[in-house]
Amino acid sequence: MIETVTSFSEIIEARSGEPVRTCYFCQKCTAGCPVVHAMDYQPAQVVRLILLGRKDTLLRSTAPWLCVSCETCGTRCPNGIRLAPVMDVLKEMALQEGVAPAEKKVYALHQSFIDSIRLWGRVHELSMLMEYKLRAIDIFTDIGMGLQLIIKGKIPVLPERIKNLEQVKALYRRTGR
Amino acid sequence: MRYSYYPGCTISATGVEYGRSIDAVCAALGIELVELEDWSCCGSSAAHALDHELSLSLPARNIALAQPSGLDTLMPCPACYQRTLNADKHLREDEGWRKEMETLLGFTYNGQGRPRHLLDVLGNDLPAEAITSRVKRPLKGLRPVSYYGCMLVRPPELTGWDDPEHPVLMDRLLVALGAEPVSWSYGVDCCGASLSLNRSDVVKTLVGRLVAAAEEAGANCIVTVCGMCHINLDTRQQGTQMPIFYLTELMGLAFDLPGREEWFRKHFTNPLPLLKSLGL
Repeated sequence: MIETVTSFSEIIEARSGEPVRTCYFCQKCTAGCPVVHAMDYQPAQVVRLILLGRKDTLLRSTAPWLCVSCETCGTRCPNGIRLAPVMDVLKEMALQEGVAPAEKKVYALHQSFIDSIRLWGRVHELSMLMEYKLRAIDIFTDIGMGLQLIIKGKIPVLPERIKNLEQVKALYRRTGR
Repeated sequence: MRYSYYPGCTISATGVEYGRSIDAVCAALGIELVELEDWSCCGSSAAHALDHELSLSLPARNIALAQPSGLDTLMPCPACYQRTLNADKHLREDEGWRKEMETLLGFTYNGQGRPRHLLDVLGNDLPAEAITSRVKRPLKGLRPVSYYGCMLVRPPELTGWDDPEHPVLMDRLLVALGAEPVSWSYGVDCCGASLSLNRSDVVKTLVGRLVAAAEEAGANCIVTVCGMCHINLDTRQQGTQMPIFYLTELMGLAFDLPGREEWFRKHFTNPLPLLKSLGL
């Protein structure tokens, strides 16, 4: 069959549903982004790199991992481009293509979180945080706060497991996870 | 008034005082909450970051559970609310996916059981007198800024909020409680909660900016309706003592409901000195 989608930007559009090719680089997204100071490429630069087909650069960029999906850019974009779903596609693509996440601790928390849901049906903070700390190789940060949370009764020691966990597991199996 | 209730994972953990104050306030207002039987996590910020499909199917399960009662589903957490609205939109618009979900989850989608955020219910479903008539201790001297955060109001095509850049619903409720809310321009700025553990350096900058802006506006506290915003602002402010309240805690205080001392003791930034200084 003939390949009809040829450019990287078209693939991103198809997967995210966002019209990135309509960007005229007004940079409102960058101007309103709360975490731009921590990113290697600013949101408007990410769009420009997509249009230039710089896939390798983007899959190794910290920007998609640091995006907090606050949707400020998408709300203000004059062309209605939401960058949060675009950033999600870039993260998913990096994982699918075996590129190491550019922000390892951010990935470690997300992965621990969805592992916890598969185990219990709901998130159990204590075991989820323990998995995160092992994945991130970061045992001691915030340990004092963690203890205080337990003492204040804000982190239950025992998990709650839902009855129909099998149904949740079926949702995971469907995605190949 | 009856609603199906989806508490979400935060309510039994770091947002425990949010949950207790919701229970107390809803009981006082005659709002009956029927907890959704066997609900599961919505996937929150993690699922959509790693797996688009999972971020849709996890909330779809709760939509399937909520549907039979036909009641709107009240959600206290903006993340649960936004993720569930997103899945609901896909159920409506993507027929192939909807059929797959219907088979897998054993239901037929009919659009009943709408996801509603707590603030929307409190501000829009109740007549104003329902609140004002229950106020026994007006919150005089309390000068809060209303903090909506990001996920409650955005993206506007999902949430349909009054004004995604400058909502006023929380201010209205605070005025009804006798408080004196002050204006600021940071009400819908993100606090970065999803990076609170793994990039706390970034988050301390964001939280510091919000607290400084609240101080500059002349506020003596910040009010939120989000468990993630609360724990983040409460624990990540540096060198300041700005109390962070849940809206429902302040309602409980104004209604003179029992149990509130215990809610306030769960905070990291102690709000009791402020309340004491105001005779509340």
